Amino acid sequence: MAQAEARAAATLTANLRRRLTYYSPTIAIAVGVILLWEFIVLIFDIQQFLLPKPSAIFAEFMLQVDLWLAPGERSILFESSGATFWEAFGGFFIGCGGGILVALITSRWTIVSEATMPFAIAANSVPIIAFAPIMNNWFGITNPASKMAIVSIIVFFPTMINTVRGLTLLDVNELELMRSYAAKPADIMLKLRIPNALPYIFSALRVASALSLIGAVVAEFFGGPRATLGVYITQEASAFDFAKAWTAILMASLMGIGFYLVVLLAERRLMPWHVSLRGEG
Amino acid sequence: MNAISAQGVNKVFNPDTDEEVIALQDINLDVEAGEFISLIGPSGCGKSTLMRLIGDLLQPSSGDLTVNGMAPAAARLARQYGMVFQAATLYEWRSVIRNVELPLEVMGFPKGKRRKQAQAMLDMVELGAFAQHYPWQLSGGMQQRVSIARALAFDPAVLLMDEPFGALDEFTRERMNLELLKIWDQTGKTIVFVTHSISEAVFLSNRIVVMSPRPGRITEIVGNTLPHPRDFNTRNDPAYHDLVANVRDLLRDAVGSVSTRPDGAE
Repeated sequence: MAQAEARAAATLTANLRRRLTYYSPTIAIAVGVILLWEFIVLIFDIQQFLLPKPSAIFAEFMLQVDLWLAPGERSILFESSGATFWEAFGGFFIGCGGGILVALITSRWTIVSEATMPFAIAANSVPIIAFAPIMNNWFGITNPASKMAIVSIIVFFPTMINTVRGLTLLDVNELELMRSYAAKPADIMLKLRIPNALPYIFSALRVASALSLIGAVVAEFFGGPRATLGVYITQEASAFDFAKAWTAILMASLMGIGFYLVVLLAERRLMPWHVSLRGEG
Repeated sequence: MNAISAQGVNKVFNPDTDEEVIALQDINLDVEAGEFISLIGPSGCGKSTLMRLIGDLLQPSSGDLTVNGMAPAAARLARQYGMVFQAATLYEWRSVIRNVELPLEVMGFPKGKRRKQAQAMLDMVELGAFAQHYPWQLSGGMQQRVSIARALAFDPAVLLMDEPFGALDEFTRERMNLELLKIWDQTGKTIVFVTHSISEAVFLSNRIVVMSPRPGRITEIVGNTLPHPRDFNTRNDPAYHDLVANVRDLLRDAVGSVSTRPDGAE
């Protein structure tokens, strides 16, 4: 019994060591880049408004964390991050949900989806962000809805296009099989088309998770409530407080990565069979 | 009553256009219930097309085709066809047992019965222990056995197999041939088996339908009197070799009759 436990513990440490060896180059590069940045700023005596030291950004970040945690104090940075995240998430939810829904409806009639696809693909290459000032007029510059609208439009088209592809690009034999069972269209949709589309949908959602944060921040550059990341960055940058501007960029990156990881996690939970996930866990 | 009956069946693709292709011409074929019949011929001879007409995946351009006295469409709606393709065509998001359950789900069998039936089918193809695996965890031969189990799960009258072992290596293929004969013996299904392997056709079937291309026609139907049960020794039987040679000659003639090469290239 004790022997078995010892063996289990040994496997655990061996696994941990293997993971550490696997990820160590990545960690080394990250640490190396930050150190290099720090030394370059020091050696060439770069002005802090051009490029602050990572240590200065980190210090400012910790200051904001303290403010955020202290009772009775406010951290504009964290308030801004929260507001921007909700804009991004709301837009993601509406845009991706809408994209999947429209794809499900149009793929029901091949003619409709074939007729709409060229427009979706064309719309997908339009720089949607150019509509930001118009959305500000429509919904109000300080209304989060104006940013959500931009984000939803940005993520709608890639999600819709990918979902239609997933629903329609089927193996001929897989369809013939259903036909030989005299399956109802609803069965073909639920048991073949939708599961077949899942990998396509998730690859769209992963792209959309990153796009939604970019869309929200850039839309805020065109104006928005004080407590949003885009406005925070533009204001602190024009006030030459670059450490603050950079902490906002850091927050936006952290949220973007976090959002992406959540989508990735959902994908792994929902599609344990998929090729890209094999041989892991 | 014949399990399958074709009288003067023709199939033309893209009729009245520049790309018109006569895929099948004047096909006459009667298959008895419980018979194992092979369709063999070079590519383009229409053997897969004929199988698809029987299974109502395609419709004939003219002629009479019935399956157990019904039109193919009616037989399909009555769920009389089990289909096996060259690719195992398992749904990769379903475990092995859930793949075998798929037709039963579509046909509305209750859950308990589904499980039991699927497990019994997996046991028959000797994959009972792999029920919870995913298809990608199985070898090509095992995947194809799952595919056969799935085709038989709802007890269809006719098994339509389109080069099911074509992608497998020689050893696996010969073992699968033996297993298929065992299953046929147990279930007594009518089997239509499309292949381009002469030895496979001779080893497996009661009759071998030899077809030729452009346009696809039946050139000869060869009876096969090799005794059952057939096993590894069957392939050493001189009668087996005679039959293989016979079918090979027929195929050479079939191709040669339209070939410009005097030796009738295969």
